[in-house]
Amino acid sequence: MPGVIGVVDHRNAPRLSPLAGTFFGPDGGLLMLQDGVVPYAGCPVALVVARTPEQAKAAADALPVTYDEQPHDTHFSAGHPAARPASTVFGEDANVGDVEAELARSAVVVDEWYRTPEEHCGAMELHSATAWWDGERLQAVDCNQGPFIVATGLATLFSLEPERVRVRAEHVGGGFGSKGLCGPQLVLAVMGATLFGRPVRVTMSRHQVFLMTPPRPATEQRVRIGAGADGSLRAIDHEAAFEVSPLASYVENCVEPTKTLYAAAAIRTRLTAVPLDILPPFSVRGPGLTPGSFALESAMDEVAERLGLDPLELRLRNEPAAGPVSGLPFSRRDLVACLREGARRFGWADRDHRPRTRREGRLLAGTGLAATAFSTGALPSSASITAEADGSFTVAVGASDIGTGARTALIAVAADALRVGTDRIRMRIADSDFGPAWAAGGSRGTASWSWAITDAAAKLRERLGDPERPVTVTADTTRVLGGLPPRERHAYSAIFAQVTADPATGEVRVRRLLGMFAVGRVVNPLLARSQAVGGMIMGLSMALHEEGVRDRASGRQVNADFAGYHIAAHADVPDVEADFVPDYEPDDPSGIKGVGEIGTVGTAAAIANAVWHATGVRQRTLPIRVDRVLEDDPR
Amino acid sequence: MVDDARGEVSLRVNGTAHRLEVDNRRTLLDALRDSIGHTGPKKGCDRGQCGACTVLVDGRRVVSCLMLAVAADGCEITTVEGLAGGGELSPIQQAFVRLDGFQCGYCTAGQLCSAVGMLAEHAAGWPSAVTADVSPDLAAPRLDAAEVRERMSGNLCRCGAYPSIVRAVLETAARGQVAG
Ligand code: FES
Ligand code: FES
Repeated sequence: MPGVIGVVDHRNAPRLSPLAGTFFGPDGGLLMLQDGVVPYAGCPVALVVARTPEQAKAAADALPVTYDEQPHDTHFSAGHPAARPASTVFGEDANVGDVEAELARSAVVVDEWYRTPEEHCGAMELHSATAWWDGERLQAVDCNQGPFIVATGLATLFSLEPERVRVRAEHVGGGFGSKGLCGPQLVLAVMGATLFGRPVRVTMSRHQVFLMTPPRPATEQRVRIGAGADGSLRAIDHEAAFEVSPLASYVENCVEPTKTLYAAAAIRTRLTAVPLDILPPFSVRGPGLTPGSFALESAMDEVAERLGLDPLELRLRNEPAAGPVSGLPFSRRDLVACLREGARRFGWADRDHRPRTRREGRLLAGTGLAATAFSTGALPSSASITAEADGSFTVAVGASDIGTGARTALIAVAADALRVGTDRIRMRIADSDFGPAWAAGGSRGTASWSWAITDAAAKLRERLGDPERPVTVTADTTRVLGGLPPRERHAYSAIFAQVTADPATGEVRVRRLLGMFAVGRVVNPLLARSQAVGGMIMGLSMALHEEGVRDRASGRQVNADFAGYHIAAHADVPDVEADFVPDYEPDDPSGIKGVGEIGTVGTAAAIANAVWHATGVRQRTLPIRVDRVLEDDPR
Repeated sequence: MVDDARGEVSLRVNGTAHRLEVDNRRTLLDALRDSIGHTGPKKGCDRGQCGACTVLVDGRRVVSCLMLAVAADGCEITTVEGLAGGGELSPIQQAFVRLDGFQCGYCTAGQLCSAVGMLAEHAAGWPSAVTADVSPDLAAPRLDAAEVRERMSGNLCRCGAYPSIVRAVLETAARGQVAG
């Protein structure tokens, strides 16, 4: 066909190393086009390289592919026969006290199942990469959340020495987790460039982004909470099952909030993985905590309901003095400040806690809240700073700015650390050649990169007396981070929501959303607020709209585009308020915790709790679709 | 379509005339980005579902991924690159910067072009789905947040910059600075 340069498939693709992987272990999902087996529906089977995108698309459509069908299983449930205990990469299950005895002694017991569906990142930028060979060196311009980590993975995958791979990702149109790995776009572009000896650009279609880039796994969670008549918690038992792929190990750590948020005489957690023939799931914004806090914070609201207690008061009465499972001290714990200040601004004190008692015309109205914690910290990174002859400073760090404003925040951190104006800082980021650096992920990007910059600046200041220019120093935080005392380190938030529900149509609308956050020192309030607000909007979207639906017969996602997979649009989103209580991280030189993900956590529970307050019916399955509201309506 | 037929088109983009020979299958979006080099308009879905590719065609907002380049022959096209004039950002762009109407920026070119088109539609008296009274002899409906949200809902923003975008559009409208 016109313009076609060649086709890559399992017969001619470069061989890939099975050692490449993620934080969780080797990732077989990266091993594309290695054999004739299609492990999940949507997995790439060939790459057509042509001169223009139109020619490549037409040739790909015309490519004959024949499939033999094998038995497959893509239907998730917690009781699936293949269910097995998840890996303990995030720590052992909690086993504090005697849950059964404490439940037996409780005045009220909530025992419910909560369900969340597969959710997709849906970053607006399509995954796209251009790769070429520059002599012996592989060069790639990619969209990812951590060029150094991606370059290292790419080198392992193609069995190249790490120095022979350079990956840049200077401008990235959103990530939310989906660009944390060596993406299919990059692996395939490198294959094309290697086989055909020319630069190859691969841009995935939106459909392919849904089918080939990792979603948040579906979860089913059982939460049992027992409380005394005074509202003190006696037992929390949280069992969470989630789907995985046999290709790659992954843990959706839904029980993280349960291990740290509240004091209770007994706490038990269990994590169960259910392997299915699906695209390997991976971290999506606020991994683990986002579905986990939906379950925990919905159940807490049910406890308050049964006790006839203000849900705010229930939280305040169960503040732990130390980590309830770890026993470790908290570095700083400002949840109470978030709850109290949020309640004051929201006007919570006037709330009548009885459900289904407020009408606005035909609409039912209600309010709800949720509390949350999000673990924070810094991970090893390096940075270098050059004092230039003209008095300016060039900072190079393998950071990635996926829309967080990291570039801007790091300029401020560097200027502070060097005690010069921001106009004297030249910030260079997102190049694997700048050395080891953590990714924009886990809400640890800014903390990790800032620490390396601060250390490099301290070293450089010692050498500024020496007239030699340019002079470059490099710092690496691996050693200093290894020496930090163990602590419970978390950011905190309290989310308040006001909703209306239309009993005639089942439509829920969010009227008001307010979040108070304790996220450590806020480097740039404008950017931090934007992160918090954007996170809450993603939480709203999760509460009301988002649901990846798979066809059981074909095993394929049926709503793999923005017409089928709904995300919140302008008309769904009210004015959203977010603000910060004073906070800092004592062990971090810049006092930073992290703000990227916590907004997403907690919002769905706050909205679901407000829907109960409006309608009198619990919504324990997300999203809160119109049919669910209608079917469950008591009248 | 497996053939490789090509067609000639004349486009005026941001005031500059371009004569191009393009693959008949090429969308206006790909022509702007890959044939002419205006990478402002972005591809978020390529099927009219996200608004990232919004440009103005003869003054009206259009998702350029759903228009073939050959169908735009003779049209006057404004991309985000054409909103600013004389080295200065347009009022709506300034409002986006001042009020932080974006995070990653990927949807921003589409939001800006859409806002310019939308404000013109509103000024011309076009109603929306949330306009209470749509009788034709009424003046333009009052532009409040609900109107802006409804009219901008074709432009998705996964970063969730919606509240600041709405503020930026309302502020620009209030100053009467409709034109991009
Ligand atoms: S790219 Fe045109 S609407 Fe999404
Ligand atoms: S700013 Fe990132 S999608 Fe809108």
